[in-house]
Amino acid sequence: MIPGSDRPRLARHVRLVWSPARQQHVLQLPETVVVLNPTGAAVLGLCDGRTTVGAIVDELATRYRDVPGDEVRLFLKSLVARRCVEMADD
Amino acid sequence: MTDDPMVDAPFGLLAELTYRCPLACAYCSNPLNLDDYTEELGPADWIRVLTQARDLGVLQCHLSGGEPLLRRDLPEIVAAAHGLGLYTNLVTSAVGFGRRKAEQLRAAGLDHVQVSIQADAPALSDRIAGLRSFDRKIDAMRLVKELGWPLTVNVVLHRQNIDRIAEVLELAQEAGADRVELANTQYYGWAWRNRDALLPSREQLAQAELVVREARERLPMDVLYVIPDYYSRYPKPCMGGWASRQLTVTPNGDVLPCPAAQSLPLPRASVREASLAQIWADSPVMNAFRGTSWMPDPCHSCERREIDFGGCRCQAFQLTGDAARTDPVCHLSPDHALVTDAVRAANPGAPAGNLVPRPHRA
Repeated sequence: MIPGSDRPRLARHVRLVWSPARQQHVLQLPETVVVLNPTGAAVLGLCDGRTTVGAIVDELATRYRDVPGDEVRLFLKSLVARRCVEMADD
Repeated sequence: MTDDPMVDAPFGLLAELTYRCPLACAYCSNPLNLDDYTEELGPADWIRVLTQARDLGVLQCHLSGGEPLLRRDLPEIVAAAHGLGLYTNLVTSAVGFGRRKAEQLRAAGLDHVQVSIQADAPALSDRIAGLRSFDRKIDAMRLVKELGWPLTVNVVLHRQNIDRIAEVLELAQEAGADRVELANTQYYGWAWRNRDALLPSREQLAQAELVVREARERLPMDVLYVIPDYYSRYPKPCMGGWASRQLTVTPNGDVLPCPAAQSLPLPRASVREASLAQIWADSPVMNAFRGTSWMPDPCHSCERREIDFGGCRCQAFQLTGDAARTDPVCHLSPDHALVTDAVRAANPGAPAGNLVPRPHRA
């Protein structure tokens, strides 16, 4: 499991954008696009390299009552595995 | 029709800016009839196309060809795509990717660069490319990293270079690549003409897969390996379904579900005559094989019909003369012998025949 003190950020080749045509947030990657649901977009919007995983979990719990911390951690873990998200070094 | 819930919006646009190319690779999938594509769209046309694509829901733009760097207006086109919020990916041989051009493209907002090499060493790479280009490609990869881009190294695999995958991966790692695409040749265009000389043997493939598996565990890069469909049990899910997720605009403005579809006997649709949204939703070329209702058996009753979508229409047409038949790559296809015959001819290690290089330009 990802430590709560890690500070995730989007990988350099990844961009989080709002698509007006689709009315959805998406992640843009070199060869693909990942369509995000609102909570996924909220998590990634907090991946700024400064906010810790623990703080992201807390923030999501405040904004959306039904998002358990484990789900946020699993989501981040899957994006780390896909190299969309990396942990800041410091 | 664009709000028709049955027609999803495309995610990606393959913008084939020109079919002119300094290389002459025999595995090229560009059309044989290059002469038909010399009246290229101008920059204003492309900016209109990109804007219409963005409005349609496209999020990614692959700038390809031919060699897109042969278009002097490339930075202008990139800047427009970037300004529209599209993720821009340059697919290049790297010939013409000098420092000045690279800096222009960086300033224009280009997001990602994919550099092709033909092998891991100058002699073989240059021979396959038909041009002394290897050293320039290595320089270009360094420049890509120096200017801060993510780098994908692409190698099209075939009988003459598939035994060099380990060395290619080493080279890509030294160059600082973030991704490597090891893509077995798809037999369209010039590659279709050269198929029998390009198709690797079963033994070569088994070895290649071992190397890839080992590399994926060891290397920090993403290693994408595209298997050769002639050796698979099921066909590839071509383009994720006909006119479903991607669209292609050719150098002269024709709109297609994929670049190979120019070979099919379907009515043309051009951005010179209609909007991308109209073409995407209503044109015969886009609707010809959308969904599953066009499928014959064994596809129509197959539980995999929404997994591989009947395979590739262009391959079905090339091999059988009928684009609506099951892709003969599928072991369930009544035409499967057309593929197994070609595979048999490539094994155990048939001598490579003569390759016909594609011409540099029409």
